[in-house]
Amino acid sequence: MYDFDYLRPTTVADAVALLAQRSEAKFLAGGQTLLPTLKQRLAQPEAVIDLSRIAALQGIREDGDALVIGAMTLHADVAASALVLRVIPALAALAGEIGDRQVRNRGTLGGSISNNDPAADYPGAVLGLGATIETDRRSIAADDFFTGMFETALDPGEIVTSVRFPVPQRAAYRKFPNPASRYATAGVFVARTVDGVRVAVTGAGATVFRVPAIEDALAADFSPAALTGITVDDDGLNSDIHASAAYRAHLIMVLARRAVAAIS
Amino acid sequence: MPTVTITVNGNTVSRAVEGRTLLVHFLREQLGLTGTHVGCDTSQCGACVVLVDGRSIKSCTMLAAQADGREVTTIEGLAAADGTLHPMQAAFRQHHGLQYGFCTPGMVMSAVELARTTPHLTEQAVRDGLEGNICRCTGYHNIVKAILAGAEAMQVEPVAQAAE
Ligand SMILES: Cc1cc2nc3c(=O)[nH]c(=O)nc-3n(C[C@H](O)[C@H](O)[C@H](O)COP(=O)(O)OP(=O)(O)OC[C@H]3O[C@@H](n4cnc5c(N)ncnc54)[C@H](O)[C@@H]3O)c2cc1C
Ligand code: FES
Repeated sequence: MYDFDYLRPTTVADAVALLAQRSEAKFLAGGQTLLPTLKQRLAQPEAVIDLSRIAALQGIREDGDALVIGAMTLHADVAASALVLRVIPALAALAGEIGDRQVRNRGTLGGSISNNDPAADYPGAVLGLGATIETDRRSIAADDFFTGMFETALDPGEIVTSVRFPVPQRAAYRKFPNPASRYATAGVFVARTVDGVRVAVTGAGATVFRVPAIEDALAADFSPAALTGITVDDDGLNSDIHASAAYRAHLIMVLARRAVAAIS
Repeated sequence: MPTVTITVNGNTVSRAVEGRTLLVHFLREQLGLTGTHVGCDTSQCGACVVLVDGRSIKSCTMLAAQADGREVTTIEGLAAADGTLHPMQAAFRQHHGLQYGFCTPGMVMSAVELARTTPHLTEQAVRDGLEGNICRCTGYHNIVKAILAGAEAMQVEPVAQAAE
């Protein structure tokens, strides 16, 4: 790893200002992606700005009909939160299936969605629940946030501060984990909300995406049987040593049926 | 260079480190605590697991600077001052929970956290809890047995735990 200046601000404003002062600097959340990347010398930031001591980025709270989770909240804390378990149990379960205990003790919600790994789990919940991403300067709808493989709508130097998850009537997430890393080979998040049904697929494409055909079928009849005959086009899906595009297209329908069965 | 102050196995130490210094290198090279191992160096194997404020983490994937002000427990910090093994260490020995032993420190540290945080550990919970620890001898069967026994011993021997 190349050396860098390590900086540790205690406010969001200071973090943004520190980043702006440097020609190349990176925010550091739990480091579960950034540190492996730096070890491989895939990036050479002049400064690394640790967000872990900024109190405003921490915490889980209920706000009206939404659950607001601070960007620096650990996967382990979402998984174990009595509030999340009561209000959106599918979200706690998803967080509890990320990687392993040690990754969950360091990895964060904000880091996961800012990184937007195509196989990450959280993007499924963020898009599936129609969440809103709050940053230091604006609110971004999940439908506009995940723009491509490892790409988001965040501007350079913009910090995710929290994610606002509207509470669904019911929701479920099912994934086919890579047996080594636990990242999603494919994962399907299904949410029933007062506004209708949302279905988000992660792991299978360049970035998380919704499947209108499944949403429409479930809006008419929320049951696994309603999905009979629906197929997902494998054109554009990921094909790698773990699974072919055709296999992922098949997995999406299997996982969608399992998620629906869990909550219908 | 930032100066970090970390309480390691009960002793508070201050040292200058480079920004890039990993916690595992700080422990091994600056403090000489070589019980924490580097297996993969890619966040996968768990040989480097230590406890930070009681939570198991991979010390190859945390900067020493990130541990500033925190409490770190390594494998060297488990046994009592007179050398009496921690119940989890004793269980690994008794149940032969190791073959060549490179993964053992990380396994034991993960096991200690698992036992402390999970009431009524089941075999399945142990296997799930070891997702982040790889034993390349594939000796999982005895490791799981050892952890179940160690967890039980930890319930009845709270004194040994207080020694940490
Ligand atoms: C062995 C292993 C297994 C894993 N398995 C899974 C899995 O099964 N499923 C899964 O979803 N994930 C998995 N992960 C990833 C894990 O969930 C981490 O959350 C993810 O890597 C992001 O790490 P982090 O939160 O520590 O962020 P960091 O690594 O610190 O940061 C990641 C990126 O996001 C940026 N960033 C961080 N926080 C913010 C913020 N608030 N605002 C703006 N930018 C920010 C950083 O600058 C950096 O570019 C795994 C990781 C490992 C090492
Ligand atoms: S050496 Fe840290 S996980 Fe393998």
